[in-house]
Amino acid sequence: MKVKKNYLRPIDFKHGRVDMTHGAGGRAAAQLIDELFAAAFDNEYLRQGHDGALLPQPKGRLVMATDGHVISPLFFPGGDIGCLSVHGTVNDVAMSGAWPLYLAASFIIEEGYPLADLKRIVESMASAARQAGVPIVTGDTKVVEKGKGDGVFISTTGVGVVPDGLLIDGRQARAGDAIVVSGTLGEHGVAVMSQRESLTFETAIKSDTAALHTLVQAMLQALPDPARLHVLRDPTRGGLATTLNEIARQSQVGMSLIEGDIPVLPEVAAACELLGLDPLYVANEGKLIAICSPEAADTLLAAMRAHPLGHGAARIGTVTADDNCFVQMATRFGGRRVVDWLSGEQLPRIC
Amino acid sequence: MKYIDEFRDGDAARLIASKIAAEALPDQAYNFMEFCGGHTHAISRYGISGMLPANVRMIHGPGCPVCVLPIGRIDLAISLALDRGVMLCTYGDTMRVPASDSLSLIKAKARGGDIRMVYSAADALALAEQHPHREVVFFAIGFETTTPPTALVLREAKARQLTNFSVLCCHVLTPAAITHLLESAQARELGAIPIDGFIGPAHVSIIIGSQPYVHFARTYHKPVVITGFEPLDVMQGILMLVRQMNSGRAEVENEFSRVVTATGNLAAQKVMAQVFELRESFEWRGLGEVPASALKIRPEFAAWDAEVKFDLHYASVPDHKQCECGTILRGIKRPADCKLFGTVCTPESPMGSCMVSNEGACAAHYSYGRFQDIAVVAA
Repeated sequence: MKVKKNYLRPIDFKHGRVDMTHGAGGRAAAQLIDELFAAAFDNEYLRQGHDGALLPQPKGRLVMATDGHVISPLFFPGGDIGCLSVHGTVNDVAMSGAWPLYLAASFIIEEGYPLADLKRIVESMASAARQAGVPIVTGDTKVVEKGKGDGVFISTTGVGVVPDGLLIDGRQARAGDAIVVSGTLGEHGVAVMSQRESLTFETAIKSDTAALHTLVQAMLQALPDPARLHVLRDPTRGGLATTLNEIARQSQVGMSLIEGDIPVLPEVAAACELLGLDPLYVANEGKLIAICSPEAADTLLAAMRAHPLGHGAARIGTVTADDNCFVQMATRFGGRRVVDWLSGEQLPRIC
Repeated sequence: MKYIDEFRDGDAARLIASKIAAEALPDQAYNFMEFCGGHTHAISRYGISGMLPANVRMIHGPGCPVCVLPIGRIDLAISLALDRGVMLCTYGDTMRVPASDSLSLIKAKARGGDIRMVYSAADALALAEQHPHREVVFFAIGFETTTPPTALVLREAKARQLTNFSVLCCHVLTPAAITHLLESAQARELGAIPIDGFIGPAHVSIIIGSQPYVHFARTYHKPVVITGFEPLDVMQGILMLVRQMNSGRAEVENEFSRVVTATGNLAAQKVMAQVFELRESFEWRGLGEVPASALKIRPEFAAWDAEVKFDLHYASVPDHKQCECGTILRGIKRPADCKLFGTVCTPESPMGSCMVSNEGACAAHYSYGRFQDIAVVAA
């Protein structure tokens, strides 16, 4: 007698929902991985089918970064948790001046979550990874009972490589350095807030979520001496203000900003006014802060402005010698003030 | 942003600053209190103090609604959420106010309390309708500005006979607090009250009008300039106070005439009077008991009064012994004079009322103005 080939009813991606069997490691889990995740992320390393991906050893020093994504809502103007989870980690790797090589992704999905939405998220993630040229080489899926999660949480880890001799980190800012941002601030946070149930307001503002590694490479290549680029950081949660305070503390320096030079879209400024937020504290997902030697600032700005993700780049201030590590700002109004750390939470679950 | 940027224009600010500098008499001290937290915030955020001559000093008053909320009131709200299982709704600013046992509403939420941040009183009423089997309590705080919306939802709840909704009313009144500041025993003991004039409330005055301040100008001979919350408004208000003092006047002037009238919003006053009556006395954090300074819900609305419904009894809880909020709010001391300021008392772990919200005197100074203290030490 001939053994019948296993027949599997295709997953109903239109009306189906995630249930506990999808995370149980059995046939249903394997089918979801094959038909959704493996199909979308397809690459030679994933095709190995191991628990871990076997990767060639790259030249240079390794950079590794990890980021958990718990944003609410999962879909927002300009993006969704899928592409955000790729951009967030690619950017964390790139902020060491590294070129990102591989990503790993871990999903925690709530029982009952619509498969159609999960598919949208996974496909957005796959497309973001392809666009960035960084394959997702390994992953994991877990399902938690209804009420124990909030739709989907995605944790991604990235590995990249940075050439020997390049040292870009938060401890390298020196008095006199120029502070540069790659574009307008606050779009991501405001776009997400505009979608919150309790806060219905209409706006055309889209999240700026984007992978910044090509911008970083363009910046490094433009500088005759890449060592003049001292610090790179993406001002995500807590925005520009919090990120600059972090760098000031790490480098034991102060900062002096000029409010009138900080780029903010008028519609973001208006929305912040309405919500009682300060755009300097609102999250970004496709912007970076660069701190460089003053003589390199013009070259760096020109290189940034020539890149599509840096066309709005602007010099916003100067690093100062200050044992108190104050970030100060000359206000547009004509006064001075401290731009302090964010205290408490301004916007919960923004990334 | 049309209609906003005009009120934040740097050139106009410099012009007013130069007028203040030219007109303020060099041997005269000008100590002005801005009562409202909104003004405190504008002064700090735009760096206005640094644009004034050294003899024109701004004293940050007690007009920050979350700052003046006493520990005992937050304790009542927390006990409703944790011990009585109610869904407690409140404005976001209230979440971090420190209460007893190192708790706050945000910490009580982490312990399992169903505490929701809402943007309006109407959102709380809507939650009660969506959850008919839950007791929903709106923890109502604020000055006259936020009182009419609370009055409206109480009227609405009664009209619809919504029995699972009630309000924990902590609304307070501005004129009573100003009287208290001017009359307080401490001020009398010290002989001279260090306040020469008031930047009068902006949004509060839209509701109550400019009339209630005439008493302060006449009885205590203190000039009052009702002033908007934009930084140019504040600069202009300060200039008007300087001019009043220079000419020996003590009048109520209205800089915020684009919205404030003499009589205020009569419709709002009417609905407030329908729903609320005066409390004999109310404890303010930092100021202590202030007679006739707050509102309670009228007996006709008792079924929607959380204090009646849940048989709540207020117990006063003292602040930290070394906390100087009381003297800072009265203008006698400055934030940096307090031993706790910037050491154990910071915006992350506030000990006293002035550090609780960015509108509080200490938090505003900590977050925006600390570098000035350093400069003073260095000089």
